[in-house]
Amino acid sequence: MKRILTTTTALMLVTFSAQAEEITVMSWGGAYAESQIEAYHKPFTAQTGITVISVDADNPAVPVQAQVEAGNVSIDVADLEYPDAVRMCDEGLLEPIDAATLPPAPDGTPAVDDFLPGLLLECAVTTITFSTIFAYDTTVFADGPKVIADFFDLEKFPGKRGLGKRPRANLEMALMADGVPAPEVYAVLSTPEGVDRAFAKLDTIKSDVVWWEAGAQPPQLLADGEVAMTTAYNGRIFNAAASEGKPFVVVWDGQIQEYDLWVIPKGAPNKEAAMEFVKFSTDTQRLADQAKYIAYGPARKSSAALIGLYKDGKTEMAPHMPTNPANMTNALGSDFEFWADNNKDLEERFNAWLAK
Amino acid sequence: MADTSTLGATAPLTTADGRPLSAALAQAHAKSRRSAFLLVAPLLIFVLLTFILPIGQLLVRSVSDTDFADNMPNLGAWFDANPAGSEIDESAYAALAADLQAAKTNKTAGKVGERINYDVSGSRSLFTSTARSADKLEPPYEAALLGIKPGWDDPKLWQAMRQASNTLTPNFFLAAVDLQRGPDGGIERAPEERRVYISIFIRTFALSALITCITLLLGYPIAHLLATMPLRYSNILMIMVLLPFWTSLLVRTTSWIVLLQSQGVLNDLLVVAGVITEDGRIRMIYNQIGTVIAMTHILLPFMVLPLYSVMRQIPPSYVRAARSLGATSWTAFRRIYLPQTLPGLAAGALLVFILSVGYYITPALVGGAKGQLISNLIAFHFENANWSMAAAIATILLVAVLILYWVYDRLIGIDNLKLG
Amino acid sequence: MALPIYATPLERLWRYAYLVACALIFLFLMAPILIVIPLSFNAEPYFTFTPKMLALDPEGYSTRWYRLLLDFGMAAPEATTGWWADMWNNAAWVRAAKNSLIIGFFATVVATSLGTLAALGLSRPEMPWRRPIMAMLISPMIVPIIITATGLFFFYSNPCGILGVFGPAPACGRLTGWIGVILAHATLGIPFVIITVTATLTGFDRSLSRAAASLGATPRQNFFRITLPLILPGVVSGGLFAFVTSFDEVVVVLFLADANQQTIPRQMWNGIREAISPAILSAATILVVISVLLLTAVEVLRRRSERMRGVSPG
Repeated sequence: MKRILTTTTALMLVTFSAQAEEITVMSWGGAYAESQIEAYHKPFTAQTGITVISVDADNPAVPVQAQVEAGNVSIDVADLEYPDAVRMCDEGLLEPIDAATLPPAPDGTPAVDDFLPGLLLECAVTTITFSTIFAYDTTVFADGPKVIADFFDLEKFPGKRGLGKRPRANLEMALMADGVPAPEVYAVLSTPEGVDRAFAKLDTIKSDVVWWEAGAQPPQLLADGEVAMTTAYNGRIFNAAASEGKPFVVVWDGQIQEYDLWVIPKGAPNKEAAMEFVKFSTDTQRLADQAKYIAYGPARKSSAALIGLYKDGKTEMAPHMPTNPANMTNALGSDFEFWADNNKDLEERFNAWLAK
Repeated sequence: MADTSTLGATAPLTTADGRPLSAALAQAHAKSRRSAFLLVAPLLIFVLLTFILPIGQLLVRSVSDTDFADNMPNLGAWFDANPAGSEIDESAYAALAADLQAAKTNKTAGKVGERINYDVSGSRSLFTSTARSADKLEPPYEAALLGIKPGWDDPKLWQAMRQASNTLTPNFFLAAVDLQRGPDGGIERAPEERRVYISIFIRTFALSALITCITLLLGYPIAHLLATMPLRYSNILMIMVLLPFWTSLLVRTTSWIVLLQSQGVLNDLLVVAGVITEDGRIRMIYNQIGTVIAMTHILLPFMVLPLYSVMRQIPPSYVRAARSLGATSWTAFRRIYLPQTLPGLAAGALLVFILSVGYYITPALVGGAKGQLISNLIAFHFENANWSMAAAIATILLVAVLILYWVYDRLIGIDNLKLG
Repeated sequence: MALPIYATPLERLWRYAYLVACALIFLFLMAPILIVIPLSFNAEPYFTFTPKMLALDPEGYSTRWYRLLLDFGMAAPEATTGWWADMWNNAAWVRAAKNSLIIGFFATVVATSLGTLAALGLSRPEMPWRRPIMAMLISPMIVPIIITATGLFFFYSNPCGILGVFGPAPACGRLTGWIGVILAHATLGIPFVIITVTATLTGFDRSLSRAAASLGATPRQNFFRITLPLILPGVVSGGLFAFVTSFDEVVVVLFLADANQQTIPRQMWNGIREAISPAILSAATILVVISVLLLTAVEVLRRRSERMRGVSPG
């Protein structure tokens, strides 16, 4: 009996014994998280010796909010979308990050000028620009869709559609497909009639929609043949095409551009190490490095010049960036203020609509 | 030999050491009851502390929400001083302005606005945008506030705020059954596009009933087979029932995705067999069909095991006797065998029903939009930090499950729950 | 039960149809378990049978997912030196396996010890309030898991807050992490232990322990040398149920665990949602093989206990 007791306590001590310093970074999983591991986590550990544990979530804003409000925070750094970062900073859920402490560009430009305008917030630092686009499989449609209205056209392009299970990006795409020009989309969406119009457009394809929740699901749905076309984050489709050779094509018409930012939740257990990580991973070279692994645009002007080839050494990354002028003919920048204020309302309405 | 002269007055029996027997017996009984209880006590305290109390704590949240009251003390004081129906005058707006300024400093405007948003749509943006310019407010406050955003004189808003300043509120329960407070304070149905809870409750119970019936139809034959086979063979076949039971739930759900998807194994087989055409592949996943099939598979062992343990006790001689008296095999089954299996049947059916009503993982993974059950809705609200809403729905679900549990106890008895 | 010789041809037909139906139902039960095995050898990172696999082309198959179980999360998977240390410390699946085993072990120990003790008390005929207490102890199995997980999340985030019913609640830090998950899993495993051990105790002959007492055994000796060996198969069976419950549990881990306590199901959840990695299929195959071994072990134990108690296995 005594022997059992001592061995079990010894076992417990071993497992709970002091671990080397480490931080927990939460991101979106799949190819995106892998690109961050290659470009940020591994070099950071190599330079500082601090272990980086990577955890995934469908949308990191959700667990971060739940943890901070419950007073039970285990995440040190999280990757959030712009409207969520703004909203949560407003509500005091995030630690402030002083932009003056971020590293300058190689030519000496301070960080506040090097980052594209509006991308440095009180509590967050932007890392990349990404886009919600839609994609299709060329073996299904040899002469594929070209504009956003084609996504909602079930006669010309029969087959199931994949849509993200949240109102963001879906409502804007619906309105653009319904003929609203990009600059007017948010004005229309601010009115009840505009919202009704967007939902009505979505109703036209609702019975043929497969809903995805995690960023890694759209390429899987396309590969399984479960859908004929799907909205997706552009980098995930690019990765499926470039590294796995899948015949997927991204349609840039109607792209909704957004940003991803690093935030530190209030009450993070390893705040100093977290700050170090944020500073390290947002310097010019690191942001350009991430572009080697996934087709997302860096937030710094000085990084743009350093973008080269994909990790396979063959593919040029520049044509696949959301910010490439060739892809921006009918693009819409997501309005963070609109979503920061209206996300909860529209999500409730969206869920009720989904359940019908 | 008893002395018959004292028969009229019988002396009480005593133990060897002179104590009255009944007292000694009572004491011994009490002692053994106490020792039995002491054996159970550690576990009971453990379950009470780590299970029952936490869930109770969660349920209390369904009627209590301190977000507004904690952060808007001046308004709370004004509401206490001025009963319902009083005019909203400058002092009210002054209290509101003071609270908004505090909210801006403490960054609580979003949370407070969120709380009111349940009752009056659009309040969240009203609170947050006003709070952003709150420190520029000067008297007269009424004009100043209405200048920033005109929505502040809405009587519905003031009524909502008055109610929110009470920490106890039934509003979450109302919302959980698609009701809301009307402008006159009465109760009315939520607007059409927000009604979702009742339909999902109905869907949950309907699908659970369907799953119970299907597991019954599938489980009865194999339980009968297992019970009537020689033990040697039935134990091996039993492995085929227990192996799914012990395989990870996620693995089984993933397998069903592989089997049921449009380009999956089942559709491929049907196309090869010529039953359907290449274009006519049946959609069996990410909808209710997927939820039903996957949950049937997962809950089937829970039906088979209680049925099996009951069927094993049934002697085969009854059916043989019935046959010998001229019954056809169908009549013998219907009138002799089936009634004897009813306890196991009821046990399995109730157990499957109770478990499927509360299921979360499988509908989340294979249900798509139409196959979501009420647990998924609870999870959704929890993840969005709408804890009171999640708690309200959870309370309703828990009450339903506990009622079923009580029915189970009445009909079958908890201690008769057998898992093979 | 063989067909009696007086069965009519219709009854024979019915009997064969019944056997075919049973075979189909068993197929329904087993197909999902078996399908993961060939799919875990898929050369492509998707959950479908590629044409190459269906043509049994060796190029369509690979063991890359088994390799990935060891590689994933490692700092330098290609390195030759320090590979074992790297794998042991950093490989995500290896860490998940360690966590699952540790949490499962401790949760099982807690559940089995408390549960056996309680079952002993509950099976005594003089136990007061037997039905309500039994109902309370089985309730973790009945209450929907999502309610349990959310309730425990709040509780373990601030355990002293529960004293708030008596007055202002003190804050005493959080208990999530190892302790929270282990206790939560123990709570979930307890109903299984109680059910199996009480079932075993119904067949236990009390006169044996009375005889031992009459020969001078103290209650402690009585328990450890008479009762426990005889109910041990039931206790072990209950412990196995509790272990499997903890090993397979994902919802509570989703809510309560930190990054350091990612268990195997948590990793699988990632593999289905965020990462879509067929590595979960290879993990699943390994788990299925282990389950089969465990089930065989349970079967052997059951036969042994029946022989010991003098009940012949029919």
